[in-house]
Amino acid sequence: MISGDGTNGSGTSNGRPLRTFVAYVEDQPGVLNRIASLFRRRGYNIASLNVGRTHEPGTSRLTMVVEADETTACLLEANLYKLVNVISVDDITNLATVVRDLALVKVRAVGNDRADVLQIGELFRARVVDVSDETMTFEMTGTQDKIVDLLARLRPFGIVEMVQTGAIAMTRGAESRASSVAHRPSILPPPP
Amino acid sequence: MTDPSINALAQTASLGTQTMTGSQIIWAALVREGVRIVFGYPGGAIMPAYDALPQFPELRHVLTRHEQGAAHMADGYARASGKVGVAVATSGPGATNLVTGIANAMLDSIPVVFITGQVGSRLLGTDAFQEVDITGVTLPITKHNFLVTRAEDIAPAIHKAFYIARSGRPGPVVVDITKDAQQKSASVTWNDAPVRLPGYRPEYHPRDEDYALALAMIREARQPIIFCGHGVVEANATGTLIDFVKKTDIPVAETLLGLGGFPATDSHSLGMMGMHGEEWVNTAIQDADLIIALGMRFDDRVTGNLQTYAAKAKKIHVELDPAEVNKIVKVDLALIGDAREILAHLLPDVPRQKLPDWWAQIDRNRGAAAVRDIIELPDAGRLHAAHVIHDLWRLTEGKALVVTDVGQHQMWEAQYYKHDHARRLLTSGGLGTMGFALPAAIGAKLACPDEEVWAIVGDGGIQMTQAELQTARQDSVKINVAIINNGFLGMVRQWQEFFHEGRYVCTPITSPDYVRLAEAHGLLGLRVTRRDEVAAAVAAARASPVATVIDFRVEQEDSVYPMVATGSDLADMILRPLAFDGEGTPAPTSQHNPIYQTGKDRS
Repeated sequence: MISGDGTNGSGTSNGRPLRTFVAYVEDQPGVLNRIASLFRRRGYNIASLNVGRTHEPGTSRLTMVVEADETTACLLEANLYKLVNVISVDDITNLATVVRDLALVKVRAVGNDRADVLQIGELFRARVVDVSDETMTFEMTGTQDKIVDLLARLRPFGIVEMVQTGAIAMTRGAESRASSVAHRPSILPPPP
Repeated sequence: MTDPSINALAQTASLGTQTMTGSQIIWAALVREGVRIVFGYPGGAIMPAYDALPQFPELRHVLTRHEQGAAHMADGYARASGKVGVAVATSGPGATNLVTGIANAMLDSIPVVFITGQVGSRLLGTDAFQEVDITGVTLPITKHNFLVTRAEDIAPAIHKAFYIARSGRPGPVVVDITKDAQQKSASVTWNDAPVRLPGYRPEYHPRDEDYALALAMIREARQPIIFCGHGVVEANATGTLIDFVKKTDIPVAETLLGLGGFPATDSHSLGMMGMHGEEWVNTAIQDADLIIALGMRFDDRVTGNLQTYAAKAKKIHVELDPAEVNKIVKVDLALIGDAREILAHLLPDVPRQKLPDWWAQIDRNRGAAAVRDIIELPDAGRLHAAHVIHDLWRLTEGKALVVTDVGQHQMWEAQYYKHDHARRLLTSGGLGTMGFALPAAIGAKLACPDEEVWAIVGDGGIQMTQAELQTARQDSVKINVAIINNGFLGMVRQWQEFFHEGRYVCTPITSPDYVRLAEAHGLLGLRVTRRDEVAAAVAAARASPVATVIDFRVEQEDSVYPMVATGSDLADMILRPLAFDGEGTPAPTSQHNPIYQTGKDRS
């Protein structure tokens, strides 16, 4: 789970630091398999992973939230670069970013609970996207911690099911990150 | 293309666009990459390609007896020549039989392109006859791989495969080509322009400020040591390293794959480091105040206990692959790039110096350890593997191209055969693949026909790939095979002796009669049981026009010394037992140890 102020992707998972990586990859069969295989065989733990196409044809963009300290992050970035289909990798953990998850939450809402559930949803700016006699389904966009908060509030009513995407992230400001293919010094260890 | 050795079909390939079958494209593409020899084994899904092979007489095909043999031959060819090796196999079992050889090339960063046939594209994913998802299987053990389902994609895939295999940190690439892609025709536009892959960056160069830091660290060091790894060989950095060492007087220790990357008989060479490195080498590493690690990756066989490893030393890691930096050992400075380029850049500015105190300290350790050296022990008619290898080194004047298998003999070779040139010791280091030596030696001999090639192999390893003796016969590949035959899986037996209270579980191994086996293959077979027979046998092998197998019946329970037990401190070594105590009295012989039984012992 990610905690934090929502301006970046840092946080911890079971006390281990979480880092957010953005990568552009060639949109080809098996590329996700290559990345998953790398993470598995090197023992990196993925907290969340999102893949989707971009405005550039033939290019997909990944957002990965990974349990990693500073050294592991450098190795992970270097290992990702070794995959021929990975065009660029950027560790945006310590940058100002917009990070969003999307969650769908189906919660029990019967009788008097209905108004309370609805109010909580409004409080979190979650949209109601489906209603049945006994349930309501919210669509919630936000940072992971907001989704966690929403779940905590709705749990007493009875969550029927929920689903969420992995985080997607983008740096703030005009600069486009994760587009430089040049060797960057960040993968070097800090000088002694 | 003006190479006169290229035939008409390939010549016309230089004329721009032409229409060919996928099968023709495969071979034409290989010829254009400079390939003149391929190792392979035909089968259903690669048959269309084989059918077109005779149209390319400039390509020599070596039929192996097992696809693993083809993989190791291509690997041995690549290691010996520095060029990209090529192995060909069919789909399914043909492809999976390559897997050990692919992993072997991956772990040792060897450039090999593997071409595999695949079932027709319409059958993919249906568990068709001899269908295996070989790109899936080899995903973690290749630098990259391609599944090609269209004839027009074959040429670009092969061109990219060669570029990826040989550039940057080299490695194996698999090109899996469906049968229908081989059968269909396509119009090909040959393109020798440099390959552009948007996500592939093989070249790195250090930053100026990091060069400055490195120079400052080198100037400060009083007890520096250089590690010569495989990266020195791959970068052809030997000459630059020699100049660097001449100027700075810094001692050099080699990794197993770095042997020959710096001349072993140079007075600055200490020898191999690590689990079976000599005492003075590992002690020097533990005493050093600066390590300059060139093209190596701090394998666990090199470091011992990481907590205590080279604790006093600052570490500069010169390495082409950024993913190796800080993977095992935390370093103080990484210079990411080509070893030769980096050494050449540093060379003008490093201090011209002498390090007499440091060398005196190293030489004291060396003197103390040398008395335990088996070479110093007199011959009592018994045959020790170390004697065999030492004699082989002497008789071949250190000039042979030696290919070793995996186990005790591999370590004895590393200790006693002094290699003065790069690419003259080929061995399976990272994967530790038994069965490597014989096929790799065949590949090496075909890469370097003028070299004297010796495979040194144990009685376990030879039995894994001995079928390739017939390949040596059929293709008239003149190699010499020295079997270090001790009737045990020796290294495992040694561990059982040291760490499992001598319980020799499943390590005694019988052998066929290698002399008759060689004769059955139409080769020369010889047997040696005493040290005074070694020279004659080696001479007979060298004189024989056909491949020769020598069965060296060596001491059965000999061990490789010194040894750093797994997890021990690097300088905490199990040493060779002394044959004599300080007074010249024979050491106690109550405990059986063949190394005691030399010279003055009863025979």
